[in-house]
Amino acid sequence: MNKQNKGVIYRVSGPVVIAEGMRARMYDVVKVGKEKLIGEVIQIEGDKVTVQVYEDTSGLKPGEAVENTNEPLCAELGPGLLRSIYDGIQRPLPVLKDLMGDFIKRGAYAHPLDRKKKWEFRPVVKRNEKVKPGQVIGVVKESETTEHKVMVPPGMQGKIKEIKSGKFTVEEVVAKLDNGKEITMLQKWPIRKSRPVTEKLNPNIPLVTGQRILDALFPLAKGGTGGIPGPFGSGKTVTQQQLAKWSDADIIVYIGCGERGNEMTEVLKEFPELIDPKSGKPLMERTVLIANTSNMPVAAREASIYTGITIAEYYRDMGYDVALMADSTSRWAEAMREISSRLEEMPGEEGYPAYLSTRLAEFYERAGRVKPLGVEKIGSVSIIGAVSPPGGDFSEPVTQSTLRVVKTFWALDAKLAQRRHFPSINWLTSYSLYEDILSEWYAKNIASDWRETMNQAKRILQEEEKLQEIVQLVGSDALPEHEQLTLEIARMIREFFLQQNAYHEVDTYCDLKKSYRMMKAVLFFAEKAKEAMNAGVMVKDILRTKSKNKIADAKFERDYEKLLKNAQNGIIKEIEDLKKKVER
Amino acid sequence: MRIKEYKTITKVAGPLLFVEKTHSVGYGELVKIRLANGEVRLGQVLDTSKDIVVVQSFEGTSGIDRKAAVRFLGDVIRLKVSEDMMSRILNGRGEPIDKGPEVIPQDELDIIGSAINPYSRGPPQDFIQTGISTIDGMNTLVRGQKLPIFSGSGLPHNDIALQIARQAKVKGQGEDFAVVFAAMGITYEEAKKFIADFEETGALERAVVFLNLADDPAVERLITPRMALTTAEYFAYEKGMHVLVILTDMTNYCESLREIASAREEIPGRRGYPGYMYTDLATIYERAGMVKGRKGSITQIPILTMPGDDITHPIPDLTGYITEGQVVLSRELHRKGIYPPVDVLPSLSRLMNQGIGKGKTREDHKQVSDQVYAGYAEGRDLRGLVAIVGEEALSERDKKLLKFAEEFEKRFVQQGIREDREIETTLKLAWELLSMLPEEELTRISPEFRNKFYKKI
Repeated sequence: MNKQNKGVIYRVSGPVVIAEGMRARMYDVVKVGKEKLIGEVIQIEGDKVTVQVYEDTSGLKPGEAVENTNEPLCAELGPGLLRSIYDGIQRPLPVLKDLMGDFIKRGAYAHPLDRKKKWEFRPVVKRNEKVKPGQVIGVVKESETTEHKVMVPPGMQGKIKEIKSGKFTVEEVVAKLDNGKEITMLQKWPIRKSRPVTEKLNPNIPLVTGQRILDALFPLAKGGTGGIPGPFGSGKTVTQQQLAKWSDADIIVYIGCGERGNEMTEVLKEFPELIDPKSGKPLMERTVLIANTSNMPVAAREASIYTGITIAEYYRDMGYDVALMADSTSRWAEAMREISSRLEEMPGEEGYPAYLSTRLAEFYERAGRVKPLGVEKIGSVSIIGAVSPPGGDFSEPVTQSTLRVVKTFWALDAKLAQRRHFPSINWLTSYSLYEDILSEWYAKNIASDWRETMNQAKRILQEEEKLQEIVQLVGSDALPEHEQLTLEIARMIREFFLQQNAYHEVDTYCDLKKSYRMMKAVLFFAEKAKEAMNAGVMVKDILRTKSKNKIADAKFERDYEKLLKNAQNGIIKEIEDLKKKVER
Repeated sequence: MRIKEYKTITKVAGPLLFVEKTHSVGYGELVKIRLANGEVRLGQVLDTSKDIVVVQSFEGTSGIDRKAAVRFLGDVIRLKVSEDMMSRILNGRGEPIDKGPEVIPQDELDIIGSAINPYSRGPPQDFIQTGISTIDGMNTLVRGQKLPIFSGSGLPHNDIALQIARQAKVKGQGEDFAVVFAAMGITYEEAKKFIADFEETGALERAVVFLNLADDPAVERLITPRMALTTAEYFAYEKGMHVLVILTDMTNYCESLREIASAREEIPGRRGYPGYMYTDLATIYERAGMVKGRKGSITQIPILTMPGDDITHPIPDLTGYITEGQVVLSRELHRKGIYPPVDVLPSLSRLMNQGIGKGKTREDHKQVSDQVYAGYAEGRDLRGLVAIVGEEALSERDKKLLKFAEEFEKRFVQQGIREDREIETTLKLAWELLSMLPEEELTRISPEFRNKFYKKI
């Protein structure tokens, strides 16, 4: 090895180590000290190289060796990613547990992908066939639900000289090209660089989440970006987990970035038990988990987001729809801040580095619906980032920088959570910029008047907000009759439609058709009630009718059609009776 | 290796010493500082480079001059632990102050501890009965959870902490908790009161008490909670005990953190607190939990006083993002003479659902709690309206809700400082209150439970 690839520690301060006498490029991975702790070069000044270390640095001394691997931080990509649980720098946690017990100690390294496991490789190209970067040369059944496509790595092409079939480990050569290049099932990709694609496409298909308020009022597109900001205790994590469980993506990458250990345990315990409604198989079969809890090293937290998005892009390149959840990007931003302040960089707003918004934008820009390099099928990466604004104040830098890049904004509201209104997404401050582009899809696949229906609901909720101000001052009885009716309709939308119980076996997932039917039922009542009022029925009599409340029961019912029909018939009957009474 | 002694202090600032040295000193190493008068103080390396080392003195720098001698001990801070620590009172550095004998160590542990591998964590799911209705009924504590009490100065948070320490038990198992109690920056009077209470109620028998008093050096506060948690981990994971850790007052801890950060001339974050405070607090709070395959557990109740009762202040704010919920005390309830003055609306236990229900508390627990929440929230809102239009103008329904909120505070929240309520009693009280409302108002409770309990108790 080149002599200049080695240097010595000059200074240690928390996770930041300064080495001297070493040649390095930015973002090279280095091994620090006797225990060979993993670190990354983040600054070069003259002869001195600043390294952020991904592990605890206690006991590290000046004078100990630092070794440059001359490679950037890479993710290992290949079969075996699904069902895995990694830390921020892709060390498999179950393997670490076997290596060093229940507590994470330093200097341990394990390959992200099992080197011994053999996978059944089935080729799909023939000898002498010309292959280009990204082209699928064979498939592996990676999990019960997912076929892993082995692709020619980006930057490699040629004519197939030899192609194998049978059981191989990820390091064994499965194909050779005429130019002497060898292809294994294992690829490496630098995590800070996005993987190339042929073309980015318009995101015009919704990511169906099974959550009524999201699908109906603030939809997210496949390949789109969404932000969920909310103060603590407002249900961010539950919402993220609901999305991970129920959204109709092929692959889920879930990043627990600087969050609670016990919450991660919940995810680790629940996901293998949960059944994917589409495939009938455990959800874990299509999931990659990255867990870097808040007490794990801060530098690895910074890397965890990039590790996750790189894995997501890899599956996108096979033509899959991938949904990536990052909980929470604020912890990621704080990791950047912490490292930046150790580097004594000039701070920007609230101590965050000035490059905060650039980094956030770069990250979200890695989402998209794309035509991959060599695969015909269209793939997508959707990013849903949770934001934890300090004090619930949305004007802070991370929320603001996120708002500038994401297209869907699901604002969580602590007030709603306190009332146990879940999901506690505020319907007045949230928005989606995908409504236009998606409306065609909804019209074609669900109902032609989908958009109009949902907009009508939004108008009613907006109206309610205005009326509530008056009610707070004078009470609802003082309002004119038609406004009292509006309040009731709004209440029905809120309680029957927007509230959804994540812990109820049926209500936890609601398909689009059902969402549409339920909303229609509420609006049907609104229409009938208006008719009755015009015919002279008193509003208090209308409010007292019973069958409208049946609509709520549809939430908990698989066979909702019948129930809604009954409810509607009941409404017709009750309203007709009232009208008759007035006529008499 | 012979340990070198340096007399090369170049700068003293706040609690920090800057020392020139010749051999390599490790990051985080323990340091002994010998003063001219023979006094020896402990410190720790905060920053090390080829020629200068920054040392933080745990016992302050008063009296230290450039002639003081500094020795680097070549190891990180370790706590001597032993089963004999039980029922002992120690200072913030882990030395006995109860005039008892020295603790004979069975092991020496690094007080920083290491993170539990998330894959090794066991799911917290055992209901802890604290005997306090607002906690058991509405914000249930679960074994392995970290649930802080957000208080304000002058509120009875310490009484509540002591009450929990006395009463906490896991139902049906007859197992009591061992308590590790760490006080940071409290006054001598408060410390006296704690000790008296522990001794009087017999709780000291199964407790380890760490006391860092207000006039002890601020830096010592940074190691006190870590000492306490190291002790707790020893009892939990080595000795298989269930440990309840009470940390009071985390606000003092954070103040010390800020003090050190500013002495090091670091770039301050929000309100002058260092940017890494979240990570630092996480290394304390995240030491709660359970480990799969091991018997013990650590449950944490950190207490903090919100400066100016402001829940958005960085200390409660960052804490709330790490802990699994919070119990918030209200000055308004305290003024009304209600003890414990727990405001259930902003309070939350994130692990509640795992710890309640059939076989744990009772099958209707969740729905009852949701319904009481909804009723109380609405009742409280109506108080605002009453202030404007008067109670006469309210509808019948609203009057009932108003009354409900009133009774809820008087009967459910209010209880005696020695009153240990069984969970059944708490749920019974909740149903009594709910029976004040018309049955059709109870939309969050399924008909099955309404038939069983409504107006039946």
